[in-house]
Amino acid sequence: MKHDVAAPDSTDRRGASSERPSMTTRFLSLHVVHPALRATMAFVLGLLMSTLAAVTTARSATLDDVVKLLAADSFSDTDAAISALTTSGHPAAVPILEAMSDRRLLVDRKANKLVISTGAARTDAATGAPVTGAADDATVVRLNNRLRGRIEAALASLSFANPDPAKRLAAVEQIAKARNIAALPRIEEALKSEKNTDVREALTIARATLVLSDDKATSTDKISAIADLVGRYDPDTMTTLRTASQSAAPDVKQAAMTAIASAERRQQFANVVQNFWYGLSLGSLLLLASAGLAITFGVMGVINMAHGEMVMIGAYTTYVVQETLRSVAPGAVDSALLISIPLAFLVAGAIGVAIERGIIRFLYGRPLETLLATWGVSLILQQAIRVWFGASNVQVQTPSYMSGSFDLFGLSITYGRLWILVFTLLAFLALLAVMKLTPLGLQMRAVTQNRRMAAAMGIRTSTVDALTFGLGCGVAGVAGVALSQIDNVAPNLGQSYIVDCFMVVVFGGVGNLWGTFVSAFSLGIANKFLEPVAGAVLGKIAILVLLIIFIQKRPRGLFALKGRAVEA
Amino acid sequence: MITTALLSRFDRGGQIFMALLTGFTLLVVASNTLLDPSNPFHVPTYVVALLGKYLCYAVLAVALDLAWGYCGILSLGHGAFFALGGYAMGMYLMRQIGTRGVYANPILPDFMVFLNWKELPWFWHGFHSFPFAFFMMLFVPGVLAFVFGWFAFRSRVTGVYLSIITQALTYALLLAFFRNDMGFGGNNGLTDFKDILGYSVQADGTRIVLFVLTSLLLLATYVVCRLLVTSTFGKILISIRDAESRTRFLGYKVENYKIFVFTLSACMAGLAGALYVPQVGIINPSEFSPANSIEAVIWVAVGGRGTLTGAALGALVVNFLKTTFTTGFLAPYWLFALGALFIFVTLALPKGIVGTLQDWHERRTSERKARMSDDAFETPAPTEAKA
Repeated sequence: MKHDVAAPDSTDRRGASSERPSMTTRFLSLHVVHPALRATMAFVLGLLMSTLAAVTTARSATLDDVVKLLAADSFSDTDAAISALTTSGHPAAVPILEAMSDRRLLVDRKANKLVISTGAARTDAATGAPVTGAADDATVVRLNNRLRGRIEAALASLSFANPDPAKRLAAVEQIAKARNIAALPRIEEALKSEKNTDVREALTIARATLVLSDDKATSTDKISAIADLVGRYDPDTMTTLRTASQSAAPDVKQAAMTAIASAERRQQFANVVQNFWYGLSLGSLLLLASAGLAITFGVMGVINMAHGEMVMIGAYTTYVVQETLRSVAPGAVDSALLISIPLAFLVAGAIGVAIERGIIRFLYGRPLETLLATWGVSLILQQAIRVWFGASNVQVQTPSYMSGSFDLFGLSITYGRLWILVFTLLAFLALLAVMKLTPLGLQMRAVTQNRRMAAAMGIRTSTVDALTFGLGCGVAGVAGVALSQIDNVAPNLGQSYIVDCFMVVVFGGVGNLWGTFVSAFSLGIANKFLEPVAGAVLGKIAILVLLIIFIQKRPRGLFALKGRAVEA
Repeated sequence: MITTALLSRFDRGGQIFMALLTGFTLLVVASNTLLDPSNPFHVPTYVVALLGKYLCYAVLAVALDLAWGYCGILSLGHGAFFALGGYAMGMYLMRQIGTRGVYANPILPDFMVFLNWKELPWFWHGFHSFPFAFFMMLFVPGVLAFVFGWFAFRSRVTGVYLSIITQALTYALLLAFFRNDMGFGGNNGLTDFKDILGYSVQADGTRIVLFVLTSLLLLATYVVCRLLVTSTFGKILISIRDAESRTRFLGYKVENYKIFVFTLSACMAGLAGALYVPQVGIINPSEFSPANSIEAVIWVAVGGRGTLTGAALGALVVNFLKTTFTTGFLAPYWLFALGALFIFVTLALPKGIVGTLQDWHERRTSERKARMSDDAFETPAPTEAKA
């Protein structure tokens, strides 16, 4: 239920503003389209008016009682006055209570009426007419915390009539929480006129909840109430159903048990869907972070322990772009992310080319030494960032189009994660296209397959090496832009990904981009499905152990290269 | 004579190393116990503990060099065995605290009382007795290495792949030991030790003894490794390192040799960790972090891979540099220096300090021999530089 309150916050406010005129139009059209009925209507209206007048007199009488109670100026009498107001159904009850809670309600003992002060203006609480003249002897109604709580509850019960659906919804939620059986008739009443589907649903649930907790309700009522609750599995409903399943009546018990079973089934299914989505999201992060490594390690065979630092540099590039935009063009901060994508690619790629030219090219054929040297590079890069930007996290903003979420079959999907998934797929396809369709990709594959033959064909192998390594690092930098939206941007950002990235690449099979694709998503999904069973940390450990065992079985990964290239 | 036979197994460098280590240990002990604290040559006790810590690292480095330098197994997870040995010692020390803990529980260590545990987990039983704890210091790292090696080496996982899964191993252990539910003190690890074998951990005398013990352990580790690598067994190890397939085709069970060396190396690392814990006074999960294990690899690389003495020397030099760097105004630049060291050693000094010295020495002697044989009109014996 909590979920229902939070989610429509923004959507329903929009719905409310569009709905209000439409209701009015419908009401007007009733008058316009059916002129023939006017005579009947007039009669009915007249009848209504007379009833209304009778009711009004009754109400004013109650209001007088309320004034008397308030004039006594004791907390217990005020409490009684609040109850009287709530049950009175007086049209001014809501503004009076609101004024009371804001300490704007005055009691004019001489005129025996209530006055609401709004700034300098004062109005008669009952009629809304402005009050002029001496009201010096009017005193503010005093409150304590208990009374404030009572006013809150009273307002909630009264605001079924609020034109704003979000307010009505909140009121229903509150009533349902309070489990006040006395509210049942009001809920029934509201159900008859309510048009908004969300509020209707909430009202139905509230009615069912109340009926089920009512000892006097008949079994048939209870069973139909349970039927209203079928398919819901939020904790509150589950509690209600569990309580109902303790019921003495066997048929109610049976119905409740069936409802619980169905709820549990649905919950399980929802959990599976949710885990799957979280898994996809994690998988997209893994794929993005390890796609670069699939080039440097997978295609070139270079163990780049500084890969994580390339990701980190990408994230810091985003931060720098954002801060620059903030000082140069504050209005364009939202586009920082878009600008950062090519920039991070260039920055990380340039650093990659520098590393390749400066260090790695002397170490080809000595993988273990490469590992140590690039580890040294990673220490230096981390420390450089720490010296420049400080050791603590920097704030990278989430642009408006990345924040928020929407509901899909009860599954809350955040835009940020969705965009990252889309972005990952696009980046992966782009990388694939570069490898398969461009001359550079062709040369890369030629050099990695047979260096000497490629050189003999006129390919500048050393340039291709540098560019390949730069490409891998650049992709890592782009991953950093995306990760800056989800993870903390700190100098050790990359460290937390390096083991995972190697695992993804090794699991997928070295030298195979599609292998990396499959392995990233399967690891991500497996991780999220293990998490609820084993806990987050144990799940991760389990994955690591499974991977270690997997590598024993298939040392070359899921999709191993075959043929002579393997031994090279 | 057995002594001469034994001594002949040690080259000039090894003899110098053993002599230096013995002399250094004696000197430190003498200076600490005999000299007045005001004397400029007095070594304060905290420095003795620091040196003890370095020696523990040196043992780890020698153990790693046995596996990497002689058998080509680059383990990026040796810190895990070191830490496991340390935890075994830490558990013994925790049980020795008894009622002197904050919660004064005679059985449960403080953190378990804090976590509301009612009884000692099964794996903590027996750690009150030192012989059992000592056995576990060797057994736990040994069994882990054996099982890991059994799977890895039999399925012929080699080279970088092996390095990456050893790194994953230590990373998994890091995550596991961070959990409070594991029963090893979680994030805070084990600390607040009081007694070891009835002597106060804090006492000066205990610290000196621990230092001497570590020194002896380093000596013993070196001797064992040296005897191993100069034996026929050692020749096979080297051949596995240089040409694994060829060795296998010659009929040797390569994986058995590897498993043995890996397990032995892990046990040595475990002992080093066990002596490390009482000297630094704490063991926590960060000892499992992959960065620590990689740092151990760089000690070996700096000193000289495949020299044993070099590994020990590298550990001492790098850690001495680390302490000097990280205590002064240079602290923010230590990681720059360490990173540069990694790059410099791999690019410019691939054989490490000792390896380069050995090469230089060998070249000189062979030149001298060549000159002498030239004088005697003999054909010089062809000398090949070691690969």
